[in-house]
Amino acid sequence: MKICILNYGSGNVKSVYNMISSITENVFISNNVNDIRNSTHLILPGVGAFGASMKKINENIPLDELTDEVLNIKKPFLGICVGMQVLAEKGLEFGEHKGFGWIKGTVSKLDVPAELNLPHMGWNDISIKIPDNKILNHFTDHQDFYFVHSFALTEADNENVIAETEYGINFVSVVNKENIYGVQFHPEKSQKAGRVLIENFLSLK
Amino acid sequence: MKKKRLIPVVLLKNGFLVQSKSFRRYQNLGNPITSVKRLSEWASDELVYLDISKDENYDMRRDDIKHPNRSGILDIIEDVSKVTFMPITFGGKIRTLEDIEMRLSRGADKISLNTAPFENSKFISEAAKEFGSQCIVISVDAKKTETGYSVFSNGGKVDRNISPSEWAKICESEGAGEILINSIDRDGMKNGYDIEMIDSVASSVKLPVIALGGVGEWNHFAEALSKTNVDAVAAANIFQYMDQSVYLAKKYLYENNFNVRKPDLLLI
Repeated sequence: MKICILNYGSGNVKSVYNMISSITENVFISNNVNDIRNSTHLILPGVGAFGASMKKINENIPLDELTDEVLNIKKPFLGICVGMQVLAEKGLEFGEHKGFGWIKGTVSKLDVPAELNLPHMGWNDISIKIPDNKILNHFTDHQDFYFVHSFALTEADNENVIAETEYGINFVSVVNKENIYGVQFHPEKSQKAGRVLIENFLSLK
Repeated sequence: MKKKRLIPVVLLKNGFLVQSKSFRRYQNLGNPITSVKRLSEWASDELVYLDISKDENYDMRRDDIKHPNRSGILDIIEDVSKVTFMPITFGGKIRTLEDIEMRLSRGADKISLNTAPFENSKFISEAAKEFGSQCIVISVDAKKTETGYSVFSNGGKVDRNISPSEWAKICESEGAGEILINSIDRDGMKNGYDIEMIDSVASSVKLPVIALGGVGEWNHFAEALSKTNVDAVAAANIFQYMDQSVYLAKKYLYENNFNVRKPDLLLI
């Protein structure tokens, strides 16, 4: 097993690394083509805005090779927070920005009732929409995870929506299409639950 | 549903974990890393780490790790973030954007500001623009004066002649992400939160408000959660003295039907 955490200057890269290195030594932070090619699992962390993140990804990560590894070779891929959002076709944070387009949908601002504050920040639970997905192994419904975000995936295909979370409105919190997984919350900040989720991802082949 | 948070506050003075009373008397409680590990295992929802040292002299008396030169606050942040996997806020001595950047890059998720926004009125908006509102916590220390509640900066020493609710509103409009409201009068007194003051802040901003200062029993958490609109309840001293303290506090709240995460004991 060789886990590559994709490095494009995202703020939480180190937290993700700290958690995974508490599980296995076979983890590294890189944006190098050979490392991406030689890895068994790919993780795209993320915090911040969609457009700024896409800009940094375009500048730092060899997207053609990454896309080949994920869409053709079908390596397990996990996007975290903004790392999940950029998998969509487009994002509407500070203007319209093109995403990877690996998963159908648009990333829009959470349309919460006026009395609720944004960002949606804190521990919230997930409602499982499609049971028995491998990324949620060992979890029962309504497991809590830690969230910090103001935008979320909308207009996704129902068959890709594994779990939703409620904050005034329902939004997509876990998405999966074939070997591609995305979580809106931060497993690296979600204690034991986050660790189990990461272990589930690492057990994918 | 989003849960209310239970947050231990860890006070650090020259590298030692300390207990505080009335912002004046400090008692040494030992090595902060060992303590942080325990607070993590008891499933705290978050951790707030406040550096109240008066100078740059840190000594962690690190009997557990053989790195005698690792003694600065940045090293402490790095070590803390390796042993715990939950959101961590670091506060204390932050005056520049570079101070914030250094803390975030070493593993802090948020930083807290107390004095800097009074010295530089643009600091909150600059910090929020650069790093995002979600990581800017404003720590408000206040106490009752002859003219009502007033905010104090510089470790509780300088009266800023503004009420905590007015100050919180200004911080919100400048782009702060969260308000930590602490009562100087109740600090270390164990007689419960200053509910009136906390309510005045929590009801005047939309931002998440964290209550701090005065908890002496689990019921004090319940009181703040039922009488005010706070998003989180925090305490320092009470969590350091008892085995499984955070777990027991959360169990109390959970069993009394408060909207908190299910209590748990973790092995990481």
